[in-house]
Amino acid sequence: MDFNDTPEEAAFRAEARTWLEANAQPLGPDDEGRNMGELLTPEIVSTAQAWQKKKADAGWACITWPKELGGRSATPMENVIWNEEQSNFKLPNDIFSIGIGMCGPTLLTHGTQEQQERWIPRLLSGEDVWCQLFSEPNAGSDLAGLRMTAVKEGDEWVVNGQKIWTSGAQICEWGILVVRTDPTVVKHAGLSYFVVNMKSPGIEIRPITQINKAQGFNEVFFSDVRIPDDQRISEIGNGWSVALTTLMNERQSIGSGMGIGALEDLVQFASEIEIDGEPAIDDRQVREQIADYIVKARGLKNTSLRTLTALSKGLPPGPEASMGKLVGAVLQQEASSFAMDLAGTSGALLDEEATPASAAWQERYLALPGLRIAGGTDEVLRNIIAERVMGLPSDARADKGVAFRDIPSGPPS
Amino acid sequence: MNFDFSDEQKLLQQTARDYLEANSPLATCRAILEGDQSYAADLWKGAAEMGWQGAVVQEQYGGAEFGHLELAMIAYEVGRSLVPIPFGPSVYVATEAIIRFGSDAQKNMWLPKLAEGSAIGTFAFTEKPGQNGPSRADATVSGGKITGTKMPVADGADANVAIVAASENGEVGLYVVALDGEGVSRTALDSFDMSRGQAKLSFDSAACEKLDSADAAGIAKLLDVAATLQAFEQVGAAERALEITREFILGRYAFGKPIGAFQAIKHRMADLWCKIEIARSNAYYAAWALANDDPELSTAAAIARISACEAFEDTTVEMIEFHGGVGYTWEYDCHLFYRRAKLLSSSLGTPKYWKNLLIDRLQAQAAA
Repeated sequence: MDFNDTPEEAAFRAEARTWLEANAQPLGPDDEGRNMGELLTPEIVSTAQAWQKKKADAGWACITWPKELGGRSATPMENVIWNEEQSNFKLPNDIFSIGIGMCGPTLLTHGTQEQQERWIPRLLSGEDVWCQLFSEPNAGSDLAGLRMTAVKEGDEWVVNGQKIWTSGAQICEWGILVVRTDPTVVKHAGLSYFVVNMKSPGIEIRPITQINKAQGFNEVFFSDVRIPDDQRISEIGNGWSVALTTLMNERQSIGSGMGIGALEDLVQFASEIEIDGEPAIDDRQVREQIADYIVKARGLKNTSLRTLTALSKGLPPGPEASMGKLVGAVLQQEASSFAMDLAGTSGALLDEEATPASAAWQERYLALPGLRIAGGTDEVLRNIIAERVMGLPSDARADKGVAFRDIPSGPPS
Repeated sequence: MNFDFSDEQKLLQQTARDYLEANSPLATCRAILEGDQSYAADLWKGAAEMGWQGAVVQEQYGGAEFGHLELAMIAYEVGRSLVPIPFGPSVYVATEAIIRFGSDAQKNMWLPKLAEGSAIGTFAFTEKPGQNGPSRADATVSGGKITGTKMPVADGADANVAIVAASENGEVGLYVVALDGEGVSRTALDSFDMSRGQAKLSFDSAACEKLDSADAAGIAKLLDVAATLQAFEQVGAAERALEITREFILGRYAFGKPIGAFQAIKHRMADLWCKIEIARSNAYYAAWALANDDPELSTAAAIARISACEAFEDTTVEMIEFHGGVGYTWEYDCHLFYRRAKLLSSSLGTPKYWKNLLIDRLQAQAAA
C-alpha cells in the first residue's frame, strides 16, 4: 500500500507538469471560483477555445483518445495524472465537458471511422462545442420513454419534438440526439441515435432559469429539422445501447467532480460563529454533526483512491462513480443547510457582504438540488447500485413488452 | 498509486477465510452464545498455530511478524465469521501495548505466551458507565500495587494478563497485571453479546508493573491502532450481514415477487452498500497510516472507527427489519450480528466519543 507513482507514472507527471508550467498560470489562493451556471459570454467561450487549441496543438487534449485522431492514446491513469496536474493551474471555464466527457467517447465507441474522422478532430481541438439532447419534458429518469420523432424521407430524417435540460445549447455547433424512429415496438427497441447540427433550420433554443437564477440549461424545440442519414450513429433501433455509453460517461464525469473538500472548512466556520457567546465548535452537537460530514467526505475521497488504484492496475473502475454522486450530493446539501443554520437568523441572507463565508453555503444550498438530479436522480442511482452491483431484481414495469404507442402516459398537461 | 492490499496479503486473507469457513460457521458463534464456554478454545488454538495472535510480534518473541496490514486482513475475516475468540482485546490492544511500551523483561515475559495463545490479554480502562476513554482512572497505583475496580473488561474472566489504566501520583499510566496473582478478583458480567465475555475486575493491592513509556500520546496512539484494526473486523462483519440479508430478500416472496425487487427495500440495501464501502475505504486509509507510521493516523483512525461502527450497526438494524418476524427470533442468526455490532461499537469508546476526538484532532492539526 503506497501513494507513490510508478516510475512510468512519475515520468509522465513530470512531462505534464513541465508543459503546464510553460503554458498556464499557477492557481492563486483566490482563484477557486464558485462559477455555477455563469453566463457563457463570447469572451468566456473564445478563451476556453484558445486554451483547448493550445493543448491540442501540443498533444495534450483528450489524451486518452487515439493518436491518429489527435489524441495521445494515453492510459486512464495517465489521464488522472494529467487532470491532477492541470487542477493546479488557472484554467478557463470548461465548456467542453459534455463534448469531451460524453459525446467524444460515444463516437469513439459507436461511430464509423468516417464519422470519427469528420467530428473528433474539431471536437478535440475546441473548434466545435457539443451538447446533449436526451431528456424531454416527459422523459427524465424513464429516458427510454422519450417521444421526439424522426421519420425517414429519402436519405434524410425529419425530426419533431422537444428536448430539455440541454446545457450550453446556444454556443454549440453539434449535438447528440436520441429520437423515436419506431413507436410500434417496445420502447427501448424503437430509438435511434443521431448527431445534429445545432444551426439547422427548425431548431429553437430557449434558456431555462434555475432556482439560483443561473441559466445553465435550455429547452430545445425541433420543427421539421432535417438530419442526413449519414449522421446516424449505429443501426436504426440501436439508439438505446448507444445512449447507455453516453450516460455511463456522464455519471463518471459528474461523480468525479464533487467538491466535497469544502466540508472540511466547517470546523473553521464553526469556530468563527458564536452560539450564546461561545464558539459554535465548542458545542458537542455541532462537533458531532461536523464530524459526521467529514467522515463521509473523507470516505468518498478514500474511495476515489481505490478507484485510481484500479485504473493504475489497468482494471475497470468499479461502481463507485454512482456512489460518489449519490452520497456526495446529499452530503453537501445537508452540510450546507447545517452551515446556514449555524449562522442563526443570518442563515437566510444571500448578501455577500453581510453573510458569513460570503454566502458560499447559501449558494451551494441553492445549487445542490440540481446536482441530486443531474445525470441520474438519487433514486435512479440507488436502482443502479441495487441491480447492477448487488444483483437485486428490477421492479415490476407496467410498460414491459408493450409497444411504445400503447404505453399509458398520464393525463395531458 | 497502490491503495490496495498486496497479493500476498490477500492470500493470507483467503487462508484465514478458508479456515474460518471450515471451522467457524455461525453455529460456532451460537454455541458459545448459548453454552457454558466463554470462548471457542480450539479455534483460539488454531488461530495461534497460523500465527494470528503473533501477527505483529517479532520473531525473537515467537511471533510471525507479518505486520499490521496482514493483521488487518485477519481482523476482517475474524469479523466476517463472528468467530467467538478473545482476539481483538488480546491482539489489537494488550499485545500491541507490550510491543510498544514494554521493557525487554516485560516483552520476554508476555509476548511469547500471547503470540502462541497460551496467554490471553485484555485491556481494562473504564470503570463506570459513561466512560469511553482512559483519560481518568480512580484505580490507583502505589509502590507497585494496584487497587481499584475496572469494568467492563472484555474477556475479563478468561484473560491471563490485563493492561490496566490507573493513576499514580495524579497521572494516568498503563500497568501490566497478571490476573492469576493475589489481590485480583473477577466477576463475570452478563454480556449484550454472549458470544464474547465481559467481566468486572477488582484489584486489592495486586502486583503490577508500569509500562514506562506509555504517556498520554502513546496511550492515544495505542487506541488508534486498536480502532483501526477493529474497523476491519466491523467492515468484514457488516459485509457478511449484508450478504445474508441479500440472500434472504431474494428468496422471500411477497405480493408475487421477491421482496428484494421492491424499491422500498432495495434502495435501503443500496444505502447500506454505500455505507460499507465508505467504511472500507476509511479503514484502508487508516491502515495505510498505521503501516507507514504516518501522523495522519490520529484523524484517520477516528474516521475509520466512526464509519465502521455506523456501517456495521446500521446494517444489522436493517438486517432484522428486512427479515421480518423471523429476523426477531432466537433461531435466526440476525441477532448474532446485531449483538456483535453493539459490542464492537461500545468496546473502544462510542462513535459519539470518537467524533469529539476527531474534531479535537482536526483543530490541533489546523493550529499546528
